[in-house]
Amino acid sequence: MFKSKYFEVIRTAAVILIALAIAFVIIALVSEDPVKTISIFLLEPLNSKGHIGNVIEMAIPLMFTGLAVSLLFRANMFNLGAEGVFYFSGVVASAIAIHWSLGGFLHPIVAILIGSIVGAILSAIPGILKAKWNANELVTSLMFNNILFGVGLYLLNYQLRDAKAFANVSFKFEKTALLDKIIPGTRIHTGLIIVLILIVLAHYFLYKTKWGYELRMTGANRKFAQYSGMKTAKVIILVHLIAGFIAGMGGSVEVLGMYSRFQWTALPGYGLDGALVAMLAKNNPLSVIASALFLAYIRIGADLMARLSDVPAEMISIIQAVIILLISAEQFLKFWKNRMLLKEARES
Amino acid sequence: MSGLDSLLNVIFTTDFAFSVLRVTTPILFAALGALISNRAGIINIGMEGIMLVSALAGVIISAYTQSAWIGLLGAVMAGTMIAGLLAFFTLKFKTHIILGGIAINMFASGGTVFLLYLLSGDKGSSTSLQSKVLPSIEIPLLKDIPVLGPIFSGHHILTYLSIIAVFVVYYLLKRTPLGLRIRSVGENPHAAQSVGVSVIKIQYTALLLSGFFAGLGGAYMSMGYLSLFTRDMVAGRGWIAIAAESMGRSTTVGTALTSLLFGAADALANAFQVLKIPAELIATLPYVATVVGLIIYAISETRKKNRKLKSPLAK
Repeated sequence: MFKSKYFEVIRTAAVILIALAIAFVIIALVSEDPVKTISIFLLEPLNSKGHIGNVIEMAIPLMFTGLAVSLLFRANMFNLGAEGVFYFSGVVASAIAIHWSLGGFLHPIVAILIGSIVGAILSAIPGILKAKWNANELVTSLMFNNILFGVGLYLLNYQLRDAKAFANVSFKFEKTALLDKIIPGTRIHTGLIIVLILIVLAHYFLYKTKWGYELRMTGANRKFAQYSGMKTAKVIILVHLIAGFIAGMGGSVEVLGMYSRFQWTALPGYGLDGALVAMLAKNNPLSVIASALFLAYIRIGADLMARLSDVPAEMISIIQAVIILLISAEQFLKFWKNRMLLKEARES
Repeated sequence: MSGLDSLLNVIFTTDFAFSVLRVTTPILFAALGALISNRAGIINIGMEGIMLVSALAGVIISAYTQSAWIGLLGAVMAGTMIAGLLAFFTLKFKTHIILGGIAINMFASGGTVFLLYLLSGDKGSSTSLQSKVLPSIEIPLLKDIPVLGPIFSGHHILTYLSIIAVFVVYYLLKRTPLGLRIRSVGENPHAAQSVGVSVIKIQYTALLLSGFFAGLGGAYMSMGYLSLFTRDMVAGRGWIAIAAESMGRSTTVGTALTSLLFGAADALANAFQVLKIPAELIATLPYVATVVGLIIYAISETRKKNRKLKSPLAK
């Protein structure tokens, strides 16, 4: 029999099942051959080494932004700035990858570190505004996304652009700056190792250090944390710095791991997806791994479906919206938990 | 002629003043919607997505019925319905209102492209749909007055409606029983509940109204500002509207004025193009203006609070 302590797990599973069921309904309505389309959507990502590689490649940036957003949400900061930071740090790391020449392994490390630091600084601005003057971090961070995108696009078009290339792309990165591929036959790069280390560190930070404790307390109840003597303004700025650092690192790693030129002429969307990853992971660093893999899986499934059948990949955003609405719905299946609790109380 | 001169030549024209009103319209509609829901104590950050859905609904329905007015009705109904969905989840299932808003935006940006592709085979714009546009109106007498005529006459019908809507919302919030209930629920839901006001019902109504106004803003985008739907065409106006509402200190007049301010920043961004500043940077101007506005507002609020805490009268 199910126990109430497993309730959250069961509920998450139920949400995912409902979302998938809605996906099937949409496919059935739209597709000429629904059975085939559904099987492409569900099974094709596992069909070849290359496709499994695609899932993991896509999960890497999602883990970075999911981790960044998890920490922010944990501190009860509704900051969606990971999007702009991710993009802009990618531009910064690209500039270093193009214009500097450094020996061997130093080049990517320097590019990624500078990208991350720039990300941390940019992310701190909405944090400082929130901590000092209580400016709504959601609105400022979203405005920052648009500003950072504009400035980044300007840098691409006026400073980094390769006029000889036919598309709107930068010069080629120096070979030394690219991240190594670690699994032959796929494009999985060393960024995977970096992000996994980062996730373990974040877990340790959040649950085993004083700063992490203060972060969680501030998130649970800022006023209470303040009265208990914590400097919540400092905590808020700190979490913004860390989250910006992680998101910036994600953007830098992504461009150096997956591309040979910078070529984003629109925001790549990983920052907002990070919010979904964080929600699925219940803002828990270790769970970010599984939820990023899940999201990457259905994304790649949708991409393959769009390529091999007649249903466009944008279907996935409808599924994502359903997941967010249900996963954050406190009352969803609550009656069931209550019933389980009652039963357990009676039995004991 | 120097760049600055040519800039001033652009700004001090009736055309420029006209364009300020033109670009203010969608921001103003959405800001009024945000105002109503905020006054009921429930922040609707799905405005951006609702506008996008309404913009597409207007195009599709007007294309299939060949009537701009039915298209408008469809757009507004779509906006209200999406807001109703958000209300259902947040008020019934207790989804976090901000996360719910994020979901609505995510749904809208992909869902509109999905639907557009199914109906027109194109993921970028609705060029292949024969959609209709709502008319612009010349105002008799006013249109012949120099300066004022070219500024205030000849606007899109929804631009006039947005100005009327400011008065309607003002009256609604200040003078009607519903407005009183909305304000009381926003200020103190427990007190409102204790005198028999149904908090849930009022918040439902407020969210539906916010969707209604966002729907008008969305309809304007695709049936006035442009004559078709393009992917992500709302381009942050929903967010700017939310910023305008909060900078306008949740008052109707303040909200209308800050919307006008952001509209002016938007129009100014277009005018700056004569200075040969790169378009990418110019495009950030309305967002920079919004951040600056929010900071000024936040600092003055903090000062006010601190002064209150320090004053001997406050106990």
